Amino acid sequence: MNAAFPLMGNSGAAASATSSKSRVTAEGSTTAAPGAGTLRMKVTRINFYYGKNHALHNVSLDVATNRVTALIGPSGCGKSTLLRTLNRMHETLRHTRLEGEIALDGVDILTLDVTSLRRQVGMVFQKPNPFPKSIYENVAYGLRINGHKGRLDDAVEKSLRRAALWDEVKDKLHKSAYALSGGQQQRLCIARALAVDPEVLLLDEPCSALDPVNTAKIEELLFELKPSCTLVIVTHNMQQAARVSDSTAFLLNGELIEFSPTRQMFTTPSDPRTEAYITGRFG
Amino acid sequence: MATTPNAATPADFTWNPRALLRRLRGADEIAHLITLIAAATLLLITVLLVYQLWVLSAEARTKFGWSFFVTRTWDPVAGQFGALPFIYGTLVTSAVALVLAVPLGVGGAIFLAELAPPRLSSSLTFVSDLLAAVPSVIYGLLGVFLLVPIMRTTIQPALKRSLGFLPLFQGPAYGIGFLTAGIVLAIMIVPFVLSVSREVLLAVARDQREAALALGATKWESTWKVVVPAARIGIFGSVFLALARALGETMAVTMVIGNNPRISASLFSPGYSIAAVLANEFSEASGNLYLSALVELGLVLFLLTFILNGLARLLIVVTTARGSGVLPT
Amino acid sequence: MWRKTLNATMLSLTGVCMLITVSVLFFILGYLVYNGGKDLSWNFFTRLPAPVGEVGGGMANAIVGSLKLLLLAALFGVPIGLLGGVYLAEFGGRTVPFLVRYTADLLNGVPSIVIGIFAYALVVMPMHHFSTLAGGVALGIMVIPTVLRNTESFLRDVPSSLREGSFALGANKWKMVATVVLPAASRGILTGVLLALARVAGETAPLLFTAFGNRYWSPGWMQPTSSLPVIIYTYATGPYEDWHRQAWAAGLVLLGLVLVTNILVRTFLSRGTSYERS
Repeated sequence: MNAAFPLMGNSGAAASATSSKSRVTAEGSTTAAPGAGTLRMKVTRINFYYGKNHALHNVSLDVATNRVTALIGPSGCGKSTLLRTLNRMHETLRHTRLEGEIALDGVDILTLDVTSLRRQVGMVFQKPNPFPKSIYENVAYGLRINGHKGRLDDAVEKSLRRAALWDEVKDKLHKSAYALSGGQQQRLCIARALAVDPEVLLLDEPCSALDPVNTAKIEELLFELKPSCTLVIVTHNMQQAARVSDSTAFLLNGELIEFSPTRQMFTTPSDPRTEAYITGRFG
Repeated sequence: MATTPNAATPADFTWNPRALLRRLRGADEIAHLITLIAAATLLLITVLLVYQLWVLSAEARTKFGWSFFVTRTWDPVAGQFGALPFIYGTLVTSAVALVLAVPLGVGGAIFLAELAPPRLSSSLTFVSDLLAAVPSVIYGLLGVFLLVPIMRTTIQPALKRSLGFLPLFQGPAYGIGFLTAGIVLAIMIVPFVLSVSREVLLAVARDQREAALALGATKWESTWKVVVPAARIGIFGSVFLALARALGETMAVTMVIGNNPRISASLFSPGYSIAAVLANEFSEASGNLYLSALVELGLVLFLLTFILNGLARLLIVVTTARGSGVLPT
Repeated sequence: MWRKTLNATMLSLTGVCMLITVSVLFFILGYLVYNGGKDLSWNFFTRLPAPVGEVGGGMANAIVGSLKLLLLAALFGVPIGLLGGVYLAEFGGRTVPFLVRYTADLLNGVPSIVIGIFAYALVVMPMHHFSTLAGGVALGIMVIPTVLRNTESFLRDVPSSLREGSFALGANKWKMVATVVLPAASRGILTGVLLALARVAGETAPLLFTAFGNRYWSPGWMQPTSSLPVIIYTYATGPYEDWHRQAWAAGLVLLGLVLVTNILVRTFLSRGTSYERS
């Protein structure tokens, strides 16, 4: 779709060329991003509590660079909870407690400034939540709060193109975001998240409020984003996980039951519970 | 909602200045502090208000004690201050106002909640809200030039002829006085009775009405025997609310009540109310005792409205909570 | 049969009650227009009051005085109410917000004349004279509770999905509030402010011994000043026919402003919010 982002090959050089953005480590130095397939985020034996409710038990997970990692499982298994720890969104709620370590490029995210973390790890929500502003201002929002002033036309256009929405909205950038359809609003939210150039994008059931046509558009979008962005997606739709992801994690009652490359999980799952879920016996 | 695990809570700010400064590194903490200060200013103002009322009335309170409330004489020249005429006048005018306004308001509320189609109901409520927004002095204006002459020439004589055997309707008809003030007050408080009663009636669960109608009741029977009793407590609340407003109403009352500290059984008699005497005499009060006595009247008014408003809110909250199923009936 | 008659009678009675209530408003309006309209003139708006007993003269100083008082009331009351409302909706815990809400409702129910006494004690007594400032303080105090509760209510109405969206983009708390929540609630907050100001514009009692009155211009903020409501009261209760006529005219102006503001603001608000609810 867009010549600036060719489908990635497996060579580390090409990947680091396309995804060479600097990111700030805890010491403040900048380094080039790691190549595709290397470790981007590492979750190590985390336990999560909502008040007294022990929601996640000793979960460990590796998130690979420029790959799609899917989190699947029945309702209430903790997949959204796990996703939200990756950008510390759980801290917006009261009475939550996280134990364990989550590292972004080797740095414990709990030691980072949370607003800077969230610029690097973006999030798209289940139900599209554009701000009551114009399409332009929605996309520009993240840049503005990080200090960019004045006209941001180029950045806005770039993000809207990455989200495959530019052609549909380029003539009405200053119209309200609510004038868009549900599927368009979700792509707008993706564009909004992409505008600050995150290394990782978290998607919490991004298609569950959308019809099949828009779902397909967004899945296609994920393929196009992969070379330049690491993606973690929560989905209750197993076929979707099988279609879009490279690795899949299966959670049940707050425990990580199995985590393997997608093709392997869906053809030869190692745990009987995984097999039961995948074949539809529950969930 | 905290964005960092160790965001300061209000309790943390209180006793340790150094810890306070350490925590103020974040912009969030500053915003929290500024907004907290704004909220605290409100608390400060209210505390200060009560304090001032208490302190400024001290001289009169210590001099007269409880007899202040039962003494009839109000003689600034002689230094004799008794609150009874004003309390009497306030209560009488408010009572007249309630007698007139409550049936009118509750009746209209029943119409709006039970009979009128939704759009008519909301337009009429809108009109009622506009009535509530009319300044008191405008009511006073109309009272002085319109109502008073009508009272003097038409209504009071008519009442005298028909009900003159009652002490309520005896004495010369000046046009001003308790009755006139009561009528003006009634017009002013009807919108409050109306809007609150309407809300509590609407809050009564629909299944109550349907149960009554299904048993063969007429609409009126369903309304009067089921819905209104269910909302009864809230309607009392609206009455208290309206009463609290009536007690504090100043301008319209002082323009038509006659401003004469008399106690009389006749509604035609001129009288005085707490708010009216404050309006007339406060700016000219000479001497600390005089001022102090007036402030004590203000303190009385404050306490009365405080208690009434508190009760009213309690009653209204209870009824709406019941209606929405939060509380059992 | 009897039940049916009773039903019809009582229900029509309720309609009558409603009719009476509604017609009062139209009657007041009509009468004011009729009586006050004929005395409105250019002089009315631009001249100072004539010497007592003489005919002619206008209310320019009262109009300007009211505007100055409103300005002060807005300056004192709106920031405190607004920021306090933000505190209640966004930052508060359990006890402090409960206290603040309770106190706001309490202050709201205090008769305006008692607020006047308070402003007298706070401003007039230390200064030893009446002033516009004292009147502005009194009106400002009356503005705070309404603006505070109204702001809190509209802020709370903003859906949490918008707040989450802002956090996820790396905003911190106050930025989220300032750039997303407040703009989203701004329409409702503004109507609350305007309605509060319209209400205090018509208040007379608290001005009687704070701003007091003035037959001439009131320079600056430290002198007593005339105001529309007070002049209506003074002229209506005075002995001169000319004063009575001017009182009607002034009443029309005051009521007109208050009603127009209320009507515009309330219809503007009822057009819904700028954000979509789920």
